Amino acid sequence: MQMSDNVIGTNTPTDSEAEVARVMQICNACRYCEGFCAVFPAMTRRIEFGKADAHYLANLCHNCGSCLHACQYAPPHEFAVNVPQAMARLRGKTYADYAWPSCMGACYRNAWGTLALALLASLLLFALMPAASVFQPVDPPGNFFAFFPHGTLVWLFGTIFAFAAVALGVGVSRFWQEVSPGTPSAPAASEAMRNVLTLKYLDGGHGEGCNNEDDAFSLWRRNFHHLTFYGFLLCFAATLVAAVYHYLLGIHAPYALTSVPVLLGTAGGIGLMVGPAGLLWCNLRRHPLHGDPAQHTLDRGFMLLLLLTSASGLALLAWRDSTAMGVLLVTHLGAVMAFFLTLPYGKFAHGIYRSAALLKWAIEKRQTSGLKLGGD
Amino acid sequence: MHDVLVIGGGNAALCAALTACEAGASVLLLESSPREWRGGNSQHTRNLRCMHDAPQDVLVEAYPEDEYWRDLLGVTGGLTDEKLARLVIRSTASCRDWMRRHGVHFQPSLSGALHTARTNAFFMGGGKALVNAYYRSAARLGVEIRYDASVNALELRDGEFVAARIGDERIVARSCVVAAGGFESDREWLREAWGQNEHGEWPADNFLIRGTRFNRGVLLKHLIESGADAIGDPSQSHCVAIDARAPLYDGGICTRVDCVSLGIMLNRNAERFYDEGEDFWPKRYAIWGRLVARQPGQIGYAIIDSKAIGRFMPPVFPGVRADALDDLARKLGLEEARFMRTVNDYNAACRFGRFDHTVLDDCRTEGLTPAKTHWALPLDTPPYYGYALRPGITFTYLGLKVNEHAAVHFGGRPSCNLFVAGEMMAGNVLGKGYLAGIGMSIGTTFGRIAGMQAAQAARSGNAGSRYADE
Repeated sequence: MQMSDNVIGTNTPTDSEAEVARVMQICNACRYCEGFCAVFPAMTRRIEFGKADAHYLANLCHNCGSCLHACQYAPPHEFAVNVPQAMARLRGKTYADYAWPSCMGACYRNAWGTLALALLASLLLFALMPAASVFQPVDPPGNFFAFFPHGTLVWLFGTIFAFAAVALGVGVSRFWQEVSPGTPSAPAASEAMRNVLTLKYLDGGHGEGCNNEDDAFSLWRRNFHHLTFYGFLLCFAATLVAAVYHYLLGIHAPYALTSVPVLLGTAGGIGLMVGPAGLLWCNLRRHPLHGDPAQHTLDRGFMLLLLLTSASGLALLAWRDSTAMGVLLVTHLGAVMAFFLTLPYGKFAHGIYRSAALLKWAIEKRQTSGLKLGGD
Repeated sequence: MHDVLVIGGGNAALCAALTACEAGASVLLLESSPREWRGGNSQHTRNLRCMHDAPQDVLVEAYPEDEYWRDLLGVTGGLTDEKLARLVIRSTASCRDWMRRHGVHFQPSLSGALHTARTNAFFMGGGKALVNAYYRSAARLGVEIRYDASVNALELRDGEFVAARIGDERIVARSCVVAAGGFESDREWLREAWGQNEHGEWPADNFLIRGTRFNRGVLLKHLIESGADAIGDPSQSHCVAIDARAPLYDGGICTRVDCVSLGIMLNRNAERFYDEGEDFWPKRYAIWGRLVARQPGQIGYAIIDSKAIGRFMPPVFPGVRADALDDLARKLGLEEARFMRTVNDYNAACRFGRFDHTVLDDCRTEGLTPAKTHWALPLDTPPYYGYALRPGITFTYLGLKVNEHAAVHFGGRPSCNLFVAGEMMAGNVLGKGYLAGIGMSIGTTFGRIAGMQAAQAARSGNAGSRYADE
């Protein structure tokens, strides 16, 4: 049977969009998975799945795997329903299609190449920039600014970060306009925020977590993601506090080990070590039918870059008073720069689009459905 | 040698295995399917019909024992056993805590499933998630599980279980639970059970099977031939009208088409044959399979207009669509003149009332045979849609006679160590008709009873083993 010939209501969809429409049409006639996450309740508010709906639902999906293991129509059934995989494939297309400027969407077709290029260019930039040899001791020890003037770093990272923010902002606002459920109310915004910050939809709907290598539930992925996300936020906070020290209080780096920026950065760095390492471990053990195998490089590359960033940052802290400081600093700044450069063209984008989808859902669920399904 | 051998791998078998294990027995479970198809028809289920005297987590209000019993009596027309039925009904009041301990999660009644939040507790993720949870729990408790293990015969002596046979392999145990499902996937048996109709057709040849392809009734037939007491009519089953494009096996729930009560149903001759608006769809969907099975060619055509869109669960396959009624007739391959006459007669007979598909409204036909007694609106708003429907068998009701201990009977005497659960004995409670979710209630209740009885029989030591070494 050719299910794909029978799919209704898509406006010239591509393969990955048509596949989401196909599986959603099957799921919508079944609905057993409603309790797992937001995707299925959002699905039941629709009877057709056009391009915009498909991208919205794909980004609402957290790839927890619950619905695949529970699915009576999963392979080897001839319907071959694999919702997490269909959604993951389409998410890859969301990131590429909505990337700004649009030519940069091509980065998603070669994730290793993008990452390698960004990292090499960044390392090269920081290796060549210092006037003095990075192997020389500096005075006082631990003074990063002996190699890189503070103003230069601020200008460089500030510019790249601002660009990344604009690029992601343009992408997500285009995504938002495609399915526009209206303006968020305060309760909707706060629910969406809570769902983002707690990773509500990696709890399996019952609190025992998501699937990884088999049909058993586990909270490891959610916990590792929390370590990664909050580790990142702590590092970000460390940078902001350091900026306050520098500009407002006139206290200049290097900061003491017990200072607020170093404590925040250390805690964040540890989170960014354990979190991505754990996520990588989960990813390598994932059931082969989960997600999109074509995106392994995107996922794993991002985890490895985060690991390089945190490991070089912690190493820099540990050996900042030694002559290795220069090399470690170049490595760390290179990693951070590569991270900033690839923010809008790498895995990081998933958080932005997913948050937008969660906000859409929080708005939409508060509206009355246009459908009045009376049957059993 | 294991204490308890469980033959089957669906809900009833797993409930038996888990209960026997909890009672201290060593258990071997034989599932005839490969691992990826495990769970029998249970993988297609979605809920358990539960009695409760007060709201309980996902269940609202109350569904008292007597109401449950009256509902069962109504659908079976008395073809039930009150003692066994009440045993099932009562056990559903408390079995969910046990289910939860073995990893089953419940969720609120699904959207689009009206009238079920009070009576049915839905499994989160459906029956396959339940089956997965039970297999994980069974593995944790030390139940030995074998897949691709199709038992084709039992060795019995004077109504006692001695051993099971998989081809040449002989598997002994002190007691045995058979929970290997109905025979709906044995096409030959089904053909024979339904026989030939007055048009010379073999109706069962046009049936689709909604459930597992592994329910071929091998053990059921073997046990009946070995003298086990049978109960039920082999032509009775849970039989729904499903989309004719559904796969031959394992179409499950999504192949049903829920728009019958919102339009009209025609047979191959473009004639109506039953009151489409007799009662709410959840109370009527299970009669349409048999109704269609009795029509020529075993096919029906559900016809709706655009007013119905968005008012019923979206079907998995899109309907045949046309902007004019005569065009729809042609696309469906129905004779145009007769189709138009039937639709025009129906449209002319519709008496306008206040349409409300959530109540038994007053939109009905007058002077039409058969009448449509509710939700009768003229088919007048294009585009029109048609769905060809075939009988879809969920499971057959022919089974083995049991007592309250789930014992298989031989010549009226209960076996001391052979027990049966699930679809292989559901016919004791469900002689005909269906109540949503009662299959899982029967399977869970009798699975647990059979498991407990089998563990006790194994412990008493006088059963099975005395012949095992011969």
